[in-house]
Amino acid sequence: MAGIVSFGGYVPRYRLNRGAIVQAMSWMNIAIMAHAQGEKAVANYDEDPITMAVAAGIDALKGIDRSTVEGVYFASTTMPYNERLNAGIIIPALNVKDQVRAADFSGGLKAGTTALLSALDAVRAGSLNNIVVTSADCRLAKAATNQEMIFGDAAAAFVVGNKDVIAEFKGSYSVTYDFCDHIRTNDSEVDRQWEERWIRDMGYSQFIPEAIGGLLEKYQLKMADFAKVIYPCNNRGARKDINKKLGITSAMEQSALQAEIGDSGTSLPLVMLAQALETAKPGDKLLVASYGSGVDALYFEVTKNIHKKTGRLGVSGYLAKKHDLGSYTKYLVWRDLLPADVGMRNEVADYTAFSMLWRRRKDVLGLWGTRCTSCGTPQWPPQRICANPECGAVDKTEPYSFADKTGRIISFTGDMLAAGLNPPSLGGRLEFEGGGRNMFDFTDCTLEELSTGKAMTMTFRLKYNDRARSIIGYYWKAMPAQEVK
Amino acid sequence: MPGSIKDKVAIIGMGCTRFGELWGKGPGDLVVEAVSDACDDARVEVKDIEAAWVGTLFSGMGGRTISEPLKLQYIPVTRVENACGSGQEALRGAAYAVAAGVYDVCLAVGVEKLKDEGSSGLPGMQNRTGTHYESTPPGMFAMMATTYFKRYGLSPQEGKTMLAKISVKSHHNGMLNPKAHLRREITVEQVLSAPIIAWPLGLFDCCGVSDGAAAAIVTRADMAKKFRPDPVYIKSLQISASPTSGRMVSSYDYTHVEEAFRGGMAAYREAGIKEPRKEISMAEVHDCFSITEAVTMEDLQFSPRGRVKEDIEAGTFNLDGKLPVQTDGGLKCFGHPIGASGIRMVYELYLQLQGRADKRQIRNPKLGLAHNMGNEPYAPVVSLCIVGL
Repeated sequence: MAGIVSFGGYVPRYRLNRGAIVQAMSWMNIAIMAHAQGEKAVANYDEDPITMAVAAGIDALKGIDRSTVEGVYFASTTMPYNERLNAGIIIPALNVKDQVRAADFSGGLKAGTTALLSALDAVRAGSLNNIVVTSADCRLAKAATNQEMIFGDAAAAFVVGNKDVIAEFKGSYSVTYDFCDHIRTNDSEVDRQWEERWIRDMGYSQFIPEAIGGLLEKYQLKMADFAKVIYPCNNRGARKDINKKLGITSAMEQSALQAEIGDSGTSLPLVMLAQALETAKPGDKLLVASYGSGVDALYFEVTKNIHKKTGRLGVSGYLAKKHDLGSYTKYLVWRDLLPADVGMRNEVADYTAFSMLWRRRKDVLGLWGTRCTSCGTPQWPPQRICANPECGAVDKTEPYSFADKTGRIISFTGDMLAAGLNPPSLGGRLEFEGGGRNMFDFTDCTLEELSTGKAMTMTFRLKYNDRARSIIGYYWKAMPAQEVK
Repeated sequence: MPGSIKDKVAIIGMGCTRFGELWGKGPGDLVVEAVSDACDDARVEVKDIEAAWVGTLFSGMGGRTISEPLKLQYIPVTRVENACGSGQEALRGAAYAVAAGVYDVCLAVGVEKLKDEGSSGLPGMQNRTGTHYESTPPGMFAMMATTYFKRYGLSPQEGKTMLAKISVKSHHNGMLNPKAHLRREITVEQVLSAPIIAWPLGLFDCCGVSDGAAAAIVTRADMAKKFRPDPVYIKSLQISASPTSGRMVSSYDYTHVEEAFRGGMAAYREAGIKEPRKEISMAEVHDCFSITEAVTMEDLQFSPRGRVKEDIEAGTFNLDGKLPVQTDGGLKCFGHPIGASGIRMVYELYLQLQGRADKRQIRNPKLGLAHNMGNEPYAPVVSLCIVGL
């Protein structure tokens, strides 16, 4: 039986109240006021689709033996690299083995469901088991556009396998069209869209009913057979039209989270599916459709395994820990839409040496250290000779993972001199539970929240983006530990 | 039992530029000024120098850093680097060469041109894996203040007030020194109300950033009096390099610097000093930040552990105190042109020992200690030099 074994979500900490954009930009385009309700989720300055996909992947992998993972699929239209497998950066961060099949799915916004379908098909064919499918987008738009108002950043991830599935994959139906409602080439950082009325009438209102109708017909189902119908559509008029056309009642309609997150592109139908699974009951049939260059419609039947607790935070858990960004200009600076001076210290050209990163990929991207097998002291970075002055054993080490450990703050500071995008730069020294210490940048918190003894967990983040050399650095930071349900 | 450098080498001439934002001068200009002063002081000429060492972190590569501006004629010249102790490292090279009997007259120069970086603070330094810690030197040392306050039960206000007095003292001394960069008195209130650089350290807890150079001419002790009647003798040269365990293991408390303590012990042993607090007449320590000076007073056994506050409040380290520290104004008022600092410190000790420190002159000094500390406080290289009559 192929299906979803586990799911996870990720919504970044910050929300930008759409009213703040209206206040700043409606003088230029009064029409953006139509989208003034709610807030959009905004990736922190040190986040991008890769780090968000890792966070969702870690959430989905709670309770799963990572050595059983045989594939990692990543879906996004805002992947940082055109050449260099983006999923390849995610693999060491998720601490899965190197012997996996991996792929990047991109292009149309339906790439998220296509990645999920590809994983389900591979499992159903018996080729692979336990494939992580993770998706995230951080789409940018010009200031004073509806897209700027509508878009939001979020991620979702699934583990697809054939054992103890929580939702069995029952079937799918796809349509693909070169419908150019939103376009972006390699030369452009921002979205460009055709007329909204055309998208509403000839896009959403045509393709979603076509794919869902096709699926119902193919499997001889009725709309009323489904407990939840999940589809992304940020146009209220089109949603109303589609619901009416297909007979989707308000109880069946899964929220597209427009007021809480915004349209997160490839990840949106998957974020919605992940949230639907949080409250699904055994026997529920779920229909999920994507939208963008066509539609994939998939349907699942929830099993009794759905009640298993994994310790995941999930989409709802992340939604609950939101924090107001407070400033539209902060959003612009973080996304590099407003060139701001972060100081010449930032211009140091000691970029990552890829030959060095390759040697040290496990400790940099996976935060692997060593533990001395002689005295038991964990240490990062990996040491040949034990750092414990009482020991000093030579080459008596075993790999030791710090990424999944909680650390407590020994000391900390907020540094106004550091060239950071969110001053003061926070950081400090952690003592890990189980031993070992190190210095880390702190993120997703304020100086006021820090105190010695505070529990922190590790999070995979963007360290820098050297645009002149196309080198993006990733590493681990610490953030306040969260209570999980 | 290792041998000792004690009384084998004498300093017979020293020179030091004014430190500051010397926009009109490059590293070569600074070297020429410092070395010319040192040669005049030693009554030797540049052509008498048989071998030379230069300490710099950013301002040159190879011996050519000084052979070019000084037009040294095909003699051995070596550039050395040992983080913030690079200046002392140059002196060490020159002193050991003389002690080995290979040369009679050697030159040590420290130089740094920091003010071509275009920003305040030291230039950013990353590692090539992209795992660099975002915080700056103030941030690293700020964390030592956080833990020190916590361990010894000081409220942030009490802790900051204690540290403020260190900066007030150094500014008083710097005001008296025509070569210092910052030359004005400050008050505790000013220090406490200054903008935060890295919490809990404010602007006046941080040393300045400046350009400068300093130079020393050394010779064998038995030849020294041929050059001048009042040479100053090297009593100890020590370095303590960290195994960096402090970063990784739990035993390090971040309220002291183990390398400074161990380096200090080695230096006292080499110099034959048993009670440093009584025997050392004065010290120039690496006060890159106020907390560094506070902790160093304890590491070098001038104050008991956790009790430097009592000495600060008693004025022990003031110019008129029992153990004056930073009599020239320290890094606080000179700034920290990396390679230059170590020799600049020895320069002050040298002047004091010869009774040439003018308004800053302390009474009857016998032994002076210079201390540098490079890299992070939990994993530094500490350099120590003791000189005396």
